[in-house]
Amino acid sequence: MQAMPKWADAVLIPLISILLAFFFSGLTILAIGKDPVVAIQTMVQGAFGSTNGLGYTLYYTTNFIFTGLAIAVAYHARLFNIGGEGQVMLGGLGVALVCLAIDWPHWTLALPAAMVGGAVFGAAWAFIPAYLQAKRGSHIVITTMMFNFIASAFVGYILLNYLKVPGSMSTESAGFSAGAHLPTFHEMLAPFGINFNKNAPANISFLIALLAAFGFWVLIWKTRLGYEIRSFGESESAAKYAGINPVRITVIAMMISGALCGLMAINNVMGEAERLIDNAPEGAGFIGIAVALMGRNHPIGIVLAALLFGFLYQGGAELTFWEAIPRELIIVIQGLVIMFTGALDNMVRAPLEKLFLTLRKNKKGA
Amino acid sequence: MDYLTVLQILDSTVRLATPLLLTCLAGLFSERAGIVDIGLEGKLLVAAFMSGAVAYVTGSIWLGLLAGVAASLVFSMIHGLASITFQGDQLISGVALNFLAAGLTVVIGQSWFALGGRTPPLSGNGRFGEWTLPFSDAWSKIPVFGPTYSELISGHTALTYIALIAVPLSWWVLYRTRFGLRLRAVGENPSAVDTAGISVVRLRYMALIIAGVLCGLAGTYLASLAAGFVKDMSAGRGYIALAALIFAKWRPWYALSATLIFGFLEAVGNRYQSISIGDFVIPVQFMQALPYILTVVILAGFIGKAIPPRAGGTPYVKER
Repeated sequence: MQAMPKWADAVLIPLISILLAFFFSGLTILAIGKDPVVAIQTMVQGAFGSTNGLGYTLYYTTNFIFTGLAIAVAYHARLFNIGGEGQVMLGGLGVALVCLAIDWPHWTLALPAAMVGGAVFGAAWAFIPAYLQAKRGSHIVITTMMFNFIASAFVGYILLNYLKVPGSMSTESAGFSAGAHLPTFHEMLAPFGINFNKNAPANISFLIALLAAFGFWVLIWKTRLGYEIRSFGESESAAKYAGINPVRITVIAMMISGALCGLMAINNVMGEAERLIDNAPEGAGFIGIAVALMGRNHPIGIVLAALLFGFLYQGGAELTFWEAIPRELIIVIQGLVIMFTGALDNMVRAPLEKLFLTLRKNKKGA
Repeated sequence: MDYLTVLQILDSTVRLATPLLLTCLAGLFSERAGIVDIGLEGKLLVAAFMSGAVAYVTGSIWLGLLAGVAASLVFSMIHGLASITFQGDQLISGVALNFLAAGLTVVIGQSWFALGGRTPPLSGNGRFGEWTLPFSDAWSKIPVFGPTYSELISGHTALTYIALIAVPLSWWVLYRTRFGLRLRAVGENPSAVDTAGISVVRLRYMALIIAGVLCGLAGTYLASLAAGFVKDMSAGRGYIALAALIFAKWRPWYALSATLIFGFLEAVGNRYQSISIGDFVIPVQFMQALPYILTVVILAGFIGKAIPPRAGGTPYVKER
């Protein structure tokens, strides 16, 4: 018997957890002598008050949809991929190599090619830890974490020695050609008479991210592979007994995860920077963990959670600007969200379960 | 390369290995009790921040040390609350603590000192003094042994010697005391320990307290060495310590050699930007990544097998 109705599990618990996280974030703001209400107003105004702000919010949201989906795919197989950051980095390298390889005539050709480049590099980077976990039993959390550091050193090396423009002071690749430029919201919405801010980085990748979220839903709940991934996650021994090959599922789930992380690079590397810069992911791979946890590993939840973090990121930048609250406040909020929705789940769940059980008993008694 | 250069590299090896060793031992106690601790990095960072802040305000690094240990303990207890009391996911709790530390130290630091997340520089008694061991001047004239004694063995801060003493002490506690036996048992088979009438929860909290204190020492060491706190100053040392722990196969003496190896790699990497062997140049990035690559190789079981404590990572749920 389930202690709680389904809606309570899917909506109520995450909501309470997030409110707790926000409550403690508010306390943090109070503790440094600022006004939380003013802070929220500033953030909402900064993130949604103008098409420029909105464009940044949706740009960040795009990043987090990709990484959130990535972490969630692995999590359905009960694999905790904290190597998202490294996989995004490698994806960036893949996208950059594709974009720099030839003088692309038009983005409609460049985008699919770059997507393949990013996904293949991301998936390849996830393959090694996946294989080691499946075949040699090395714990995936530790190996993916190590691979983040290795990725950072590796991409740094390639960037410095092969991609850097000779004579340039900054460690970044040459800019991509005009044919690899992705349409921004400004260019996409102008034909409809909507004047979206020109400088906002949101671009067509946002739509690709939404497509990926839909594809995620189809994959996990409507295909045989998705079924295998979920049953493997629920019980490895039962899945094995049903003839599901654990090595295959571990490797495939991790490679899809890595590919989704790699795909993120079409947004930040191709869409925004239009060149490969050092440390391009800026923590997006880690935020994917918070997004997946908060979104309960379901695409709708992930898109909403990604939007929330997009808002926090853009709003946080405004906080620094107007209220002199350091940007790192976002990292605090991120930590609190992961703590309450992830690790302290039982703290919220146990009393609620008790509450629902008593309610039900009373109903039966009456 | 002359003898003095070798000595200098070894000297900075010891300097760089000290925080790794303390953190690695912290992880050792926690993981031996069955609590996986990814949050080492975060504890290191809060300890460095609080010790730096308090040492600046009071002018005494020893008061800073107390504050650093206290901050690290608070984080340790949050980890315990999430992973022992509420039986949550230890990995997720650790990840969350690392973010909290990275964020809070800067947000609070900016509010206190308005230096962009730094603390003001520490000086005088705000830092640990170097201990000059007896006879180091008198013996320094003796060839080979003299310089080794005065350069390498003498002249470190108190915490380095504490860290070195902590190794045999940890070994003794883990392998020669009743507490240690129970601690190791709780990491392998908690239900057996429970059956024997010993509290699993209490033992695991004890392990986290020890881990918190050790991380506090390590964080304070960082703040003292760099003469103040700088944003993100732990710079992945918590993760390297975790790597060293795997490398050491969860054993105290091995932990000493593993952290010395990783400290040596860092010392060499700091001194030489790139190393050339004949025509072949080892890039500096490779040196930086080497501890992580080595850990993956070890984990993959290509050089000996690293088997973690069996109950690690799973919350203990008493049968009803």
